Amino acid sequence: MLLGQEKLIGGRQTYQSLTTKISDIVLFNSKHPLSWYITVGAAFMLLQGLMLTVTYLLYLGVGIWGINQPVGWGFDIINFVWWIGIGHAGTLISAILLLMRQQWRTSINRFAEAMTLFAVACAGMYPLLHTGRPWVAYWLMPIGPNVLGMWPQFRSPLVWDVFAVSTYATVSAIFWFTGLIPDLATMRDRASNRAAKYVFGMLAMGWRGSATHWLRYETAYLILASLSAPLVLSVHTIVSFDFAVSLIPGWHTTIFPPYFVAGAVYAGFAMVLLLAIPVRAMYGLKDLITMRHIDWMCKVTMATGLIVFYGYMCEVFYGWYSGDQYEWFMILNRMRGPYAPFYWSLILCNGVVPNFFWSKRVRQNIPAVYIISILVSIGMWLERFIIIPASIHRDFLPSSWGIYTPSMWDWSMFLGTMGLFVFLMFLFVRFVPMIAIAEMKDLLHRAEEGHVDHMPPPIHTTADAAAVVD
Amino acid sequence: MAEQKSAMAKPIYAIVGEFDDTETLVEAARRVRSEGYRKVEAYTPFPVHGLTDALDVTDSKVFYITFIAGLIGFASGCFLEAWTSSIDYPMNVGGRPYISWPSFVPVAYESTILAAAFGALLGMLGLNGLPRPYHSIFNTPNFDRASQDRFFLAIETADRRYDPDRTVDFLKSVGATAVSEVEA
Repeated sequence: MLLGQEKLIGGRQTYQSLTTKISDIVLFNSKHPLSWYITVGAAFMLLQGLMLTVTYLLYLGVGIWGINQPVGWGFDIINFVWWIGIGHAGTLISAILLLMRQQWRTSINRFAEAMTLFAVACAGMYPLLHTGRPWVAYWLMPIGPNVLGMWPQFRSPLVWDVFAVSTYATVSAIFWFTGLIPDLATMRDRASNRAAKYVFGMLAMGWRGSATHWLRYETAYLILASLSAPLVLSVHTIVSFDFAVSLIPGWHTTIFPPYFVAGAVYAGFAMVLLLAIPVRAMYGLKDLITMRHIDWMCKVTMATGLIVFYGYMCEVFYGWYSGDQYEWFMILNRMRGPYAPFYWSLILCNGVVPNFFWSKRVRQNIPAVYIISILVSIGMWLERFIIIPASIHRDFLPSSWGIYTPSMWDWSMFLGTMGLFVFLMFLFVRFVPMIAIAEMKDLLHRAEEGHVDHMPPPIHTTADAAAVVD
Repeated sequence: MAEQKSAMAKPIYAIVGEFDDTETLVEAARRVRSEGYRKVEAYTPFPVHGLTDALDVTDSKVFYITFIAGLIGFASGCFLEAWTSSIDYPMNVGGRPYISWPSFVPVAYESTILAAAFGALLGMLGLNGLPRPYHSIFNTPNFDRASQDRFFLAIETADRRYDPDRTVDFLKSVGATAVSEVEA
């Protein structure tokens, strides 16, 4: 009856039933419902829109977007921040919840990490294309002297951003791949198709699952988690520095780093829900991604949503308390200016809507959870819209005020990145075991020994010692 | 006798026992160790707790490799920023010192994490000897289940206490459901 007493793994499972349930999705075509093909087809069409947009953009330049003077940062930066924020939930689930020994993360971490990788891919595209000449984007990297006779300006938050995002993408990929190695070995051993056996065999690199292998593996995995946890906080902090280090009213606030990180987690959990709910239904994984998981994800969404809303209140308070006319004007302009409908929709989506998750009945109602997650995603997108164009369109001098309207190409690119994201996610579901098989067996083993709710250390002694020193 | 037989046929890498569950495996590993066998390895589909203790395996090298890699990353990040901003390409930005270290923290931090993550991955792979295209243990019958739901315990023929007949019997006596001689 009580949620806390529901199991993390539903039904009667054995090691072999977990293995087949998860790996057969990859190994057998017949496991893929028609909805998989429809989703991939639709996403592929949006992806074509992205290709068209990027081609036209490379041909004509960033002028095809709605950006102008004074609003030089429009959809490109809004969507960059939105996507990268979505990616952060993946790292939070895989790293921070691992370190906190929250074992419910096990059935969603692989999935969420893949989401991180693809969201970062979508995010990374924006600043690259926003440079206007992406073919010389390598100028951002410190390989200057033999090309330009120059070095990057390391005092600039934009350079920090390059390092933060590229490190984040790389470390997320390493973490994801490390987690995959034992499962790739399982796939290698189960595949009957020669090509699949060969590819999985190459990727598993000869993993044999010996006790010594596992010992070093668990140490490495734990270390990677301990590295990723502060990394994810630093990345969104540095993204927020892009704004906070400038002098624009609405950007120049110390609250930005924590409030950006909370917003990232908030949007990211909503996105995990948006993806996990259809996938668990499509592939019959309701025993592995249970209502208890959904319930907890809703709670995290609500908790971070409240932090984000607190951030909005602080912004208003600062605007008034600063006594600075530009700061106060910025707040009034948000509430009553040309973008006021966006601001109030933002308050509705991020301040009011998540509070429905206080109710257990809402958290247990899949359609309600789905609608709320969509509203949360929209809310977080509006937040970035309010922060970026709504702050710079009217800054200090009324003579240089302007207005920002996204063009058709802005929308086609945004929809295109959504297509890319969904396309990659569904390819992942098709070709990679989407739930960590070895970790699920470990969880099952522990559940059978009756340890799960008391949470014994999930690692061996040496790894534990390493974690303490780390 | 038996030794001659194995010398005539293909060389034997190990005697491998197959187990049904983790409890029997851990207990067997403990018995094998206390019997004096040293070149022993267990193969499991997931990390089994207590197994490393039973086999007396410890290894914290991954941790040290990561730590050193992280230090190298940090030093390189600091060096890159300080050297480029003060010696190779000094630029006066609003009268700030050439080495304005507070602004150098983010990049140095990111390069630390990047190098440490590579250290953890490559350290783990390197110590485990991966990638490795061939290993004798894969000749074990049913070994494809070692990554699924079966547990294996191998005693290498290189072990000082190895004896073709006694080792096989011993593995059976500690609960192995199947015991096989595995070719190298």
